[in-house]
Amino acid sequence: MLIRVEYSTRYDYERAPHFVVQVLRKTPRSCESQHVRRWAIESDVDARIRQSEDAFGNIVHTLYSEKPVDTMTISVFGEVDTSDTGGVLQGWPERQHALVYLRTTPLTAADEAIRDFASGFGGENGLEQLHALMNAINDRIGFDTGATGVSHTAEKAFALGRGVCQDHAHIFLAAARWLGVPSRYVSGHLRRSDGQVEQEAAHAWVEALVDGLGWVGFDPANGLCPDENYVRVASGLDYLGASPVRGSSYGGMGESMSVQLRVHSHPQSQHQQ
Amino acid sequence: MLARTAGSLFWIGRYVERADFLARILEAALRLSSIPSRDGPPDTAWRSAVNSAGMGGAFEAAGRTLNEQNVREYLAFSADNPSSIRSCITTARTNARSVRTALTVQLWEALNDAWNALGEQGEPQTRTGFAEFLGWVKSATLTVEGAASRTMLRNDAYWFLRLGAALERADNTARLLDVKYHLLLPEGEGVGGQLDYFQWTTLLREVSALTAYRWVYRDSVKAVNVADLLVMNRQMPRSLISCQASIVQYLECLATDYGRRGPAQRFASARMGKLEGGSIEAIFQSGLHEFIEDFLDENSRLADTISEQYLA
Amino acid sequence: MSVFDEMGGLGGGGGVRACYQPLARWLAEAPAELLEARSRQAELYFRRMGITFSVYGAADSNERLIPFDVVPRIVSAPEWLALEAGLVQRVAAINLFLKDIYGRQECIRAGIVPADIVLTNPHFRPEMVGRRPPQDVWVHIAGVDLVRTAEDGFYVLEDNVRTPSGMSYMLENREMMMRLFPDLFSEYPVRPVETYTDMLLSALQSSAPSSATRDPCVVVLTPGPYNSAYYEHSFLADKLGVELVEGGDLYVNDGQVFMRTTEGPKKVDVIYRRVDDDFLDPLTFNPESALGVPGLMTAYQAGNVTLANAVGTGVADDKAVYTYMPEIIRFFTGEEPLLHNVPTWRCREPDALKEVLSRLDELVVKEVGGSGGYGMLIGPAATKAEIETFRKKLAADPAAFIAQPTLALSTAPTLCHGGLAGRHVDLRPFVLTGAKGVEVAPGGLTRVALNEGSLVVNSSQGGGTKDTWVLDA
Repeated sequence: MLIRVEYSTRYDYERAPHFVVQVLRKTPRSCESQHVRRWAIESDVDARIRQSEDAFGNIVHTLYSEKPVDTMTISVFGEVDTSDTGGVLQGWPERQHALVYLRTTPLTAADEAIRDFASGFGGENGLEQLHALMNAINDRIGFDTGATGVSHTAEKAFALGRGVCQDHAHIFLAAARWLGVPSRYVSGHLRRSDGQVEQEAAHAWVEALVDGLGWVGFDPANGLCPDENYVRVASGLDYLGASPVRGSSYGGMGESMSVQLRVHSHPQSQHQQ
Repeated sequence: MLARTAGSLFWIGRYVERADFLARILEAALRLSSIPSRDGPPDTAWRSAVNSAGMGGAFEAAGRTLNEQNVREYLAFSADNPSSIRSCITTARTNARSVRTALTVQLWEALNDAWNALGEQGEPQTRTGFAEFLGWVKSATLTVEGAASRTMLRNDAYWFLRLGAALERADNTARLLDVKYHLLLPEGEGVGGQLDYFQWTTLLREVSALTAYRWVYRDSVKAVNVADLLVMNRQMPRSLISCQASIVQYLECLATDYGRRGPAQRFASARMGKLEGGSIEAIFQSGLHEFIEDFLDENSRLADTISEQYLA
Repeated sequence: MSVFDEMGGLGGGGGVRACYQPLARWLAEAPAELLEARSRQAELYFRRMGITFSVYGAADSNERLIPFDVVPRIVSAPEWLALEAGLVQRVAAINLFLKDIYGRQECIRAGIVPADIVLTNPHFRPEMVGRRPPQDVWVHIAGVDLVRTAEDGFYVLEDNVRTPSGMSYMLENREMMMRLFPDLFSEYPVRPVETYTDMLLSALQSSAPSSATRDPCVVVLTPGPYNSAYYEHSFLADKLGVELVEGGDLYVNDGQVFMRTTEGPKKVDVIYRRVDDDFLDPLTFNPESALGVPGLMTAYQAGNVTLANAVGTGVADDKAVYTYMPEIIRFFTGEEPLLHNVPTWRCREPDALKEVLSRLDELVVKEVGGSGGYGMLIGPAATKAEIETFRKKLAADPAAFIAQPTLALSTAPTLCHGGLAGRHVDLRPFVLTGAKGVEVAPGGLTRVALNEGSLVVNSSQGGGTKDTWVLDA
């Protein structure tokens, strides 16, 4: 499937900052399940954008703007050919030893409650158990965009019983790592099969290391394994490691952010034009 | 030099100057309140001290009753008042600690000694004890100033320290002059009357300038002369024109050191030109209060310009 | 258990050791009040200079003095030569170890260190995998804690390779001793420690990125005046003749680090940072950190700035990794370790755990992640309840603990109320690594547990310091 992504993030400042620096993880790389046909990232202000790769293999752009601006928009536009590999990831450059993905981070720590919950999913048949874990999280944690913020931990979201895809992912990671299964956070885009093109935010799911298969994707927010509707962008130990943007500004005040995101398959976009 | 270091030095200059100014105001109030006065309600001296310090609004907002004890506490010791003598010395010392490498050992010791001593002496309860405390503040700030002037290299660190002090001093003198404007004369009291005289004399005492006045004008205390002394007289180190001359001088030193003039230099020179071209008569004609308001406003814009050029 | 005294030897029975004889004579002749008077003088001077530290968790934010003991600790020339060789070997091995675990990970594949101990260690930084710091120097400054139990019995207690502190005390204590006891220095060929700052500066400059100018710009990065070691940060910046900066003074533009000065931006090449990894860059590590520099890691990863020490060195001084240090030294240098580890039980190993649990009342049990004397059990000094608490902790998470025998740390004569008495001491020499190699400053910080019988020398828990005299011959 040819998926087209148009993703723009606009920042408005009450007082213009002297300086802005942002670390962007918004660019996918090609692997077996996806071929990046074209992809572009740009800003509407006088800014330098440098590309590099982080220690987890993600493509990173660092943006620096030294001129005071009242408003700034970062735009991403791209097209990716995707195919269904049954959730199995192949052809992604693995830069880290698998055991690194057992590390606990503040966002993915497992408290008593999560451990109790996770302990029902241990055992021999890894793949089956992980599917069960995914479905259990999907059942238990209701989708609610108002419930949590980006700094919410797995523990808090689990206790609350509600959250967004990021929270579902963190809970999965907390549980899986506690069970000894290396797992990681994945950020990317999802073409929705219900025809909804406009989205409020990028999507997030997880990958876990399964014996004999390698890294397998699980989307606990939707209770599915990723298929040709998914564009994988970045991965890390948690949201912070795979976040589309981490930024900082100096000298400004009153920052507000708004996101416009359209994800659709190509034929549909032709209909609209 | 680090912009933050320059900023800290600038503020050390300001806070030390402010501490000295407060001690002088309180000393005058102490002296005046010791003399039985028929010239107004009780606590006039203390009210005037709060207003001269530019803290009338803050004092009221803190919900304090105006009396000697409260004013003494608020201006000298209160930790809630960021401009009390104690806060000034503490902040100056904190700033010094964060830029120790830019200070000479003597200057650091002078500030650190002042802060240590401040911690050791409690709040004096008697007037005598309080007077001793104020004397100590004046001598401690003098020691700081002396240490700076004797031991610091004449480079940017020194210019920023002095620049802050000069700007603060200009601010203090201007606010002091304005207080007189706000002290309304009761009905029946005329300009040039006894109360009027008394108020102008008080003002001179606060800046330790009564003797200087006599030497310069050889005349009884008159409003226009007092204003002249504190605005236009270049012999008077606290006059607005002297402070402004210092500001210009230190900014030019910086420009020479850095090989570049900027908006702060241009702004300061323009204002100096304006002051030099004026006269106290002209100021009185268009209104002393309006003049002071403009001056204070310009002072704060100058501080912003300096900040933007060097300290950000 | 007989204790080795630095002056009197093992059990104090063998007469005064040779290197202490002039001092012993001098002490015998000095009037009783002299030492007390000098001691008061020293305190007064330290307070005036503001040589203070703040204590974590202390209710009042008062600045305290670290007590200074006026009786020097003396290390003879042959003793020092042996220590020096051992320290150079050890720190060189640590550098190679770090290069390896963030690179090819051969020591993990060869089974020298268990993979999980390294890779899931909180101080291991996956962000550094595949990165090489400029000039391949990881640990520019190490403060290795040594303890002694016998004439030839020096042991490494801890390798501090994150942001070790104490060098300012080493330098100030010497300064103080030369003021207070000039005559004593004529009795002893004491090697100067004042060269430390030159050695440090040249180590830092030599490890600048190759893109830097010939006169690289070095700065000291401090968390700020509220940090417990702030005095030391400003002291070192002053002695090095470099700027003392806070995070807000620096910014990153186009992959380069700059500091904000009164004359505009100035490029920075080497950052001697006294800020922990986690707070260095809110865009890579702890997003809440206000102490760091946003984007610093992008400049670091681009090879445009040197951080001293490198990011991720903490994994090498972790208590769990410590237990593998002898194997690490053998693997990377092909030599036998010259300095010994304290024999240590790894509680993650079932046999060791069993033994530790059966001997809790005689061992010291340490939490793998703990530091500064916190989170540990000193068996012989603990109450029954404390021991039982630790027994539960050990059973619940054995891998989080190691255990060591309670060492009879050596004592040294110390001025206490009522005269001289032996107090337990350790020794922290400072080891510097630059592009040209590893060297050790001839001296160090001797920490002394001032309370009688106490083995805890940490300044936050009643420890003091002494000047350390390394003799030239």
